[in-house]
Amino acid sequence: MIYFVVRRLAAAVVTLLVLLTLALFLMRAAPGGPLDRERSLPPGIEAALVAQYRLDAPLWQQYLDYLGAVLRGDLGPSFQYEGYRVSELIAAGLPVSLLLGALALVCSLLVGGCAGIIAAVRRGGVLDRIVSVTVLAGMSVPGFVVAPLLILLFALTLDVLPAGGWSGDARELVLPVITLALPQLAVVARLLRAELIEVLDSPHVLAARGRGLPQWRVLLYHALPPALIPVISYLGPAAAGLVTGSVVVEQIFGIPGIGRYFVQGALNRDYTLVLGVVLLYGVLIVSSNLIVDALYGVLDPRVRHA
Amino acid sequence: MRWSTRLWVCGLLTGAVWAGQPDVLRIGNGPEPETLDPHRAEGVSAGNILRDLYEGLTALAPDGRPIPAAARAWEVSEDGRVYRFRLRGDLRWSNGEALTAEDFAASLRRSVTPATGSAYAQILAPIRNARAIIDGRLAPDALAVRAEDPLTLRIELEAPAPYLPGLFSHPVTFPVHRTHRQASGRFTQPGELISNGAYRLDEWVVNAHVGLVRNPYYHDAANVAIERVRYLVTEDVHSELKRYRAGELDVTYEVPPSAVKSLRRDRAGELRIAPYLGLYFYGLNVTRAPFAQKPEVRRALSMVIDRELIVDKVLYGLGMPAYGWVVPGTAGSVEQRPEWANWPYARRVAEAQRLYRAAGYSDVRPLETEIRYNTHDGHRRVATVVAAMWKQTLGVRTRLVNEEFKVFLHHRRLRRDTQVYRAAWMADFNDPLSFLGILHTAHGKNDTGWRNARYDDLLDQAALLTDTTVRAQKLRQAERIVLDEVPAIPLYFYVSKHLVSPRVQGWTDHLLDYHYSKDLRLVPSIE
Repeated sequence: MIYFVVRRLAAAVVTLLVLLTLALFLMRAAPGGPLDRERSLPPGIEAALVAQYRLDAPLWQQYLDYLGAVLRGDLGPSFQYEGYRVSELIAAGLPVSLLLGALALVCSLLVGGCAGIIAAVRRGGVLDRIVSVTVLAGMSVPGFVVAPLLILLFALTLDVLPAGGWSGDARELVLPVITLALPQLAVVARLLRAELIEVLDSPHVLAARGRGLPQWRVLLYHALPPALIPVISYLGPAAAGLVTGSVVVEQIFGIPGIGRYFVQGALNRDYTLVLGVVLLYGVLIVSSNLIVDALYGVLDPRVRHA
Repeated sequence: MRWSTRLWVCGLLTGAVWAGQPDVLRIGNGPEPETLDPHRAEGVSAGNILRDLYEGLTALAPDGRPIPAAARAWEVSEDGRVYRFRLRGDLRWSNGEALTAEDFAASLRRSVTPATGSAYAQILAPIRNARAIIDGRLAPDALAVRAEDPLTLRIELEAPAPYLPGLFSHPVTFPVHRTHRQASGRFTQPGELISNGAYRLDEWVVNAHVGLVRNPYYHDAANVAIERVRYLVTEDVHSELKRYRAGELDVTYEVPPSAVKSLRRDRAGELRIAPYLGLYFYGLNVTRAPFAQKPEVRRALSMVIDRELIVDKVLYGLGMPAYGWVVPGTAGSVEQRPEWANWPYARRVAEAQRLYRAAGYSDVRPLETEIRYNTHDGHRRVATVVAAMWKQTLGVRTRLVNEEFKVFLHHRRLRRDTQVYRAAWMADFNDPLSFLGILHTAHGKNDTGWRNARYDDLLDQAALLTDTTVRAQKLRQAERIVLDEVPAIPLYFYVSKHLVSPRVQGWTDHLLDYHYSKDLRLVPSIE
């Protein structure tokens, strides 16, 4: 197990390095730069800014400088949010995205999990059909459609929830979390249903039934753990995606998470900000995959990391 | 714990709905302000907040006229080259310290220092030596701005600039506290930022809101009615409208064109649409085929564009048809229109067809061109309609090319592939020069590549004149050249567009869309 973790960590470092390198050179290959704007800068001032951000050094030098700074824990200054360091921006936005993402994840696991189990157990019945249709709708309707509909219903018509904002009112969390959770919930339900149906017919479950164990025990202890494996492998990257925020949800509800940094950072050629969030996303993906792989062993005795 | 998290926890514990507090003015403010350093800020969002946080020597009245603010009066010398601003005697910073003429002088020096990195420093070019300092040829100390005594600021100009007092309402001229004057200093956080306006900075949650609270040391604090102002980030115009409808905003940043019709029906009293000093135009790359040396083709393309239809059907009335270059209402301007603008549309088309054919184009050999714009639904719709008009009347074949903003700017500047490009210009100061200047050969944003010695000469002459009548005449002549040569096609003039809640009193439409929160009041909500 320790060997497995060490090997994976070493691979993770290499992955992150490749990721950062690719991201940096791709960003720099795009036409236009952070100082381009509708209003042109006088040459003297542009030169001063170029020097300030050290954009005048050769690209390889900037690359090495950046890597060195990252190793020291400094993600550099943001171009777009002047006066902020990238690490400060991430520190300000990450708790917000984490909170929303975690709530959405829990919601999708609980609701999606229950729906999947019900559908699998009542395979072919009315409940199964209802779940299937709902799940299909949840997966196919995008967030930028769901969110305005939710606002229309709950904020403008029923007037029970705020239409957006992040001012400290807990009710502000409800609609963004639903919007974030819906597609994930649908996937969880589908994956779990499909896998559970298969597992329920497998020899070890039949054996458990044969021993006369009660239905709930068979389901919880014998069928569910192996059936959760595809859900868990899906949840790794999904969790990373959820906690790094969603630009759609953040813009529609006016939430100060870090999802928008990706899009706006790229549009504004905010090199350091984009690299910062790419690095964060990379770390989250790598670590969640690591956790998922470790969980396999716990859930399924047949999987062992030698 | 970060502010946002702390706030959230607070809210959870108390169940308080901050947004509903009666003494908070909640303003939708578009994108996140890039900075609150007045000398570095560029965007409209930052400008709105900065005008509440700081006070310049002057402010602008709704019609764009400069009015006294930190300066109670000003005088100008006979030759128009020396200004003396007399400061109020009761000016204080938000920490209680006295504010003097030297603070203004030192702040102006900071603005023009290249290391400060101010995009707007160039509007200070009329001040003697400013240009040379910005270009790095002189030290900032050479700026001809001097505190004659603690209450008198003397400013010497390179040439007369009648619009100068108005410039001092612009953030780039705002005073920054002596502890903030290092070029790239960081002082824009709550608790650090010291300002001199009607409000001081209370909180800043990146991408959520900037909160201001009344500054007790402001000279007119007794007459500032609203205790707190909250500028909220509202990036999505449709979501902003929903939040306004839900009663979570008092003022919106803008209004989606598609909603105007229904808003005119049910919220007519809250919809504020007013003229604004901004121009939307198509620039033509005159350095290359097909537009080099061919003013008649350029004129033909301009003549067949039905601006009224664009404003009416594409913008839903959120604009004004533009035939001239200088936005009507600009100080000292008289609206100029090409003669053909007053003809019936059919006659315009006939004349355009004649010009088009005379230039050697026909149905068999049509003009092929492209319109380049940055990716945006509104720009796409305008481009589609213009291309259709060209096609129907002249047979021009137009390709629409949309590009991401920075790529678009890059290509525009290169003048290699670009033929027709979408552009816009908002006045930096209330003077025809602000619009005419962008087609001057030396202007950094003259992406048309148009050079006209007579035009440049007229602008340069006008810049040296003290006689306002002669000056206005020269500027009008220059504008006629633009309308005749058509290096760019004006399409429409911008309007400012907001929804303003009935609980906000004292709102006045403003030519530059400046709305000082200190002039507003809140009445208890009707709900």
